[in-house]
Amino acid sequence: MSALRIARLRKRFGAQEVLKGIDLEIGSGEFLVLVGPSGCGKSTLLNVIAGLEKAGEGTVEIGGRVVNDVAPKDRDIAMVFQSYALYPTMTVRQNITFGMECRRVPRPQQEEALARVARLLQIEALLNRKPSQLSGGQRQRVAMGRALVRDPMLFLFDEPLSNLDAKLRVEMRMEIKQLHRRIGATMVYVTHDQIEAMTMATRIAVMHQGEVQQFADPETIYNRPATLFVARFMGAPPMNTVAARLTGGAEGLAAIIGAGRPDEIRLPVPEELAARAGPFRDREVVLGIRPECIAEADRRFGADARHSVPIEAPVEMTEPTGAETIVLMRLGGEALLGRVSPDIRLPVGAPARFALDTRKLCLFDPATERLIA
Amino acid sequence: MADRLTPARVLIYALLAGFAAFYLVPLLVVVLNSVRTAEDIGATSVVGLPRELAFGNFERAWGSYCIARRCEGISPYMWNSFLMVVPATIISTLLGALNGYSLALWRFRGDNWVFGIITLGVFLPEQMKLVPWTLVLRDLGLTNTIAGLVLIHVVQGISFTTLFCRNYYTAIPQELLKAAKIDGAGFFRIFWRIVLPLSPPILIVTVIWQFTHIWNEFLYGVTFTSGAQQPVTAALIALSVSVSEAPQYGVQSAAVLIAALPTLLVYLFGGKYFVRGLTAGAVK
Ligand SMILES: Nc1ncnc2c1ncn2[C@@H]1O[C@H](COP(=O)(O)OP(=O)(O)O)[C@@H](O)[C@H]1O
Ligand SMILES: [Mg+2]
Repeated sequence: MSALRIARLRKRFGAQEVLKGIDLEIGSGEFLVLVGPSGCGKSTLLNVIAGLEKAGEGTVEIGGRVVNDVAPKDRDIAMVFQSYALYPTMTVRQNITFGMECRRVPRPQQEEALARVARLLQIEALLNRKPSQLSGGQRQRVAMGRALVRDPMLFLFDEPLSNLDAKLRVEMRMEIKQLHRRIGATMVYVTHDQIEAMTMATRIAVMHQGEVQQFADPETIYNRPATLFVARFMGAPPMNTVAARLTGGAEGLAAIIGAGRPDEIRLPVPEELAARAGPFRDREVVLGIRPECIAEADRRFGADARHSVPIEAPVEMTEPTGAETIVLMRLGGEALLGRVSPDIRLPVGAPARFALDTRKLCLFDPATERLIA
Repeated sequence: MADRLTPARVLIYALLAGFAAFYLVPLLVVVLNSVRTAEDIGATSVVGLPRELAFGNFERAWGSYCIARRCEGISPYMWNSFLMVVPATIISTLLGALNGYSLALWRFRGDNWVFGIITLGVFLPEQMKLVPWTLVLRDLGLTNTIAGLVLIHVVQGISFTTLFCRNYYTAIPQELLKAAKIDGAGFFRIFWRIVLPLSPPILIVTVIWQFTHIWNEFLYGVTFTSGAQQPVTAALIALSVSVSEAPQYGVQSAAVLIAALPTLLVYLFGGKYFVRGLTAGAVK
């Protein structure tokens, strides 16, 4: 049985269609992350799941039950908001028990649930404070606590970490992930931060302009992005996407960057991809390659030496981050980013040698912007 | 420096002080007369300093002076005014809060029209509504009753109280309401437990506004009540009319001051909350 199933969901606000036919399905215990740029409809989708907005067309099922006409309180969900939405005049204790009070849970059970959650989130000392007396991180915990006192079918999070500073955000990210593992609940988590999506999700739905561009596990999203949008949105720095030409020689299919130029680069296309890329032989494609697939010359990718292609390219800029150095280079007239070991000194302006991993090349149709292979 | 005492500045201050004094003259005359005896006033004129302080005027105005053949002073009419102003203020404020809450936080089809029509009431002059109210009070059997005045002031007051409260509540974030809905709270529980506790600043503003406005209202008082049912503003007129013998300016002045006292006290104690409430946001 799926914990959440959304079928052909559409939603419009006036003339603007905000959700254009969404299909999603997750099983019990999954951590679904809805990720996409601001304004793409993530919050609207979450609100429709919660019942705070009505679906225009299509169905929402929670735990096998169609809930289109069920009130939010009867959907068996709990939600954490971006602004935390704590009730300003209530204490932390009252904030957490308010929902149980509305549902007429007996007092002793309320106390028990409150104690359990306060211990879980380590907010026991804060119970008698008002939200205005809490720090951002503490408010965030209380908002989590308000959701966790329920034992719902579905937890909904709308960018719960985006108001925290960077350090706290990373801490809370790990905590939520551990929490998910510990209580085994099904979660739907909205974020515009692709790192949060990659690190927390068991499955990611990448959204753009009201459509799901790709719905898959994080590894697939990262390595086999279904569209150019996904390729460029996920990953920091993002995937290099450059124009290339596919040609077929005796030794198999190859992609050429800057075809016809004196500095053209020829990259062999791995056999696994060649079959699907066949129809694009002698045509223009968009080649995608992750920055970490371009590294210093002596790096070896995988066991098969043929996958590490040596290239030479002029270095235009370097950005040492400490853990690695990002290199901007020019390949066949195109600008590409690579990631090399931090001990390597690369003089700017001079050509340098790199190794390029061809196993993870992605080829996109320039017309549809969809993945070919 | 901008605040140097230049001749121009001296002139401005002198002018302002002159205007202020001019504005305060009527109050000064009333205060002075309230402590002058009738003989004192009769011997000179209504403008003059008291020869001796006669506080007896206040006693007579409060408890024994004859108004329309009742010799109980203005105290019964003060009581009438309280019976009118307290329920009218409380009910109109609560209705305004409820209206403002639903208009600001529960969007519904045509809500802006409803709001527009309600606030139109702010701009309609009282005289326009005299005849309709006459008919309504007659049909309800509330002619010449304090309950009738309460009804009028509640209905008339809703325009202002709704306007105040709605504008205050629009600052409450929608996410708060969403969280409450998921928690299982309905329309009235959200109002009672979440919105009302956030409301003291605007409720103080609304109560002060309604109290002073209803207390000082005069036209409906004289039109719809007579005799023992009148609020104090209407009785003050009867008091000046009933002066058949020698004019009793001293007692009249004392009565005016007593009648003005409640709103004056409200201003003194509530004024700072009034200003603060008008500028406060709902949620910080
Ligand atoms: N209540 C609403 N009325 C009208 N337009 C809305 C409403 N809520 C959201 N929108 C519009 O819908 C689009 C998607 O919004 P939202 O779901 O909040 O995006 P996201 O959460 O991905 O940033 C935006 O263009 C926004 O302006
Ligand atoms: Mg959003």
